Amino acid sequence: MKNLKGKIILFSILGLLIACFALFSFVSVMQVISVLAIPLIIVIIPLYGYFKGVKVYEVFTDGAKEGFQVALRIIPFLVAIFLAISAFRSSGAMDLLSWILSPITSRIGMPGEVIPMALMRPLSGSGALGIMSELIKTHGADSYIGRLVSIMMGSTETTFYILAVYFGSINVKQTRHALPAALTADLAGIIASVVICQIIFG
Amino acid sequence: MINVIWLAMILIGVGVAAIRCLGITVTPLGIYLAPTFEPLSQLTNGIFEYAKFAVELAIGLVGIMALWLGIMKIAEKSGLITVIARGLRPVMVRLFPDIPPEHPAMGSTIMALSATMLGLGNASTPLGLKAFQDMQTLNKHKDIATNAQCTFMALSTSSVTIIPATIIGIRSAAGSSNPTEIIAPVIVATVVSTTVALIMTKILQRLPRFQVENYIEENTEEETHEES
Repeated sequence: MKNLKGKIILFSILGLLIACFALFSFVSVMQVISVLAIPLIIVIIPLYGYFKGVKVYEVFTDGAKEGFQVALRIIPFLVAIFLAISAFRSSGAMDLLSWILSPITSRIGMPGEVIPMALMRPLSGSGALGIMSELIKTHGADSYIGRLVSIMMGSTETTFYILAVYFGSINVKQTRHALPAALTADLAGIIASVVICQIIFG
Repeated sequence: MINVIWLAMILIGVGVAAIRCLGITVTPLGIYLAPTFEPLSQLTNGIFEYAKFAVELAIGLVGIMALWLGIMKIAEKSGLITVIARGLRPVMVRLFPDIPPEHPAMGSTIMALSATMLGLGNASTPLGLKAFQDMQTLNKHKDIATNAQCTFMALSTSSVTIIPATIIGIRSAAGSSNPTEIIAPVIVATVVSTTVALIMTKILQRLPRFQVENYIEENTEEETHEES
């Protein structure tokens, strides 16, 4: 019975989404999803938890406690990457690099400033997060670059790290096609981010 | 790798600033030097400013991370992942044809991918490790990855992300007027990357170059080298 209810909810959400795409433009549907996502989640998850007998308030505060640790844990990484990035940027080396690379990258609508983040992303999550924060600070969160790096950060992963941890944990040494497949997917994520960012915010 | 990149960025930065301190100007009439300390002092100011910004940013992130982790704790405790996992099962059985549908590896694989989708972060890594260990019990050559492991790997690095909480937090801390406007674009971009990941794994696993047999030969060669 409960499973059926879940299916009905899922299909009605999907139906609504398809109807929205049929009626309105891609851009406005994207905006509506972005606006509604958080309100929906803060209603659905606690409500579901409540009906499942979870002490929602207490469990929430229990989870929220970790927020401070997560934020504090990234400070050393941010300071480290900011040292390298700020030396690289305030010396003018970043301008030089993006000037050299921009003829290639501007063809797909990617500003040269974003290249260091795209290169860092598969290697180090905190490193890429640092570069993203720096670009957001320099160009503004609501600028084209600010939006693009946010989308790129969200749609790619720390591939090399995950590969090392997962395969390392079971002692697999020959990873066969895992790395090429994952890296191609990352590249597809980066290109898709640029295209989508241009359609919606360009 | 990261060590080299980090050091190189600092060295290149300081190097470029030092060269700019010479104040070289090239004109048709000749090369002029106008030495100045301006670029290096700019660099120093920049470094200190960003060190301060790192802490401001992290503190600005605390509130949103706490909010998100609180909500996710409720999702975890209420068994919402199990519900999502049940919904994904029919799809997953097709994506992982090498894993028998009733094998424990199937269950843990579905759980891990569901947690990744929800952006559970810390909770999804242990689930992923569990899935990998379960898949390893089906592996005939213990040091060579199976098709299922490669597919899982590609799917978890490209996974559809519903809420990129950290990014929303950073945007909000940096004063965005609409920090959540990137949610839908991220969903679309990850749907694209997940599709590419799936197509790539299915194509690559058929290529002669990536057949398990090749790696067995390479292995024995390496071993004989070591012995001799």
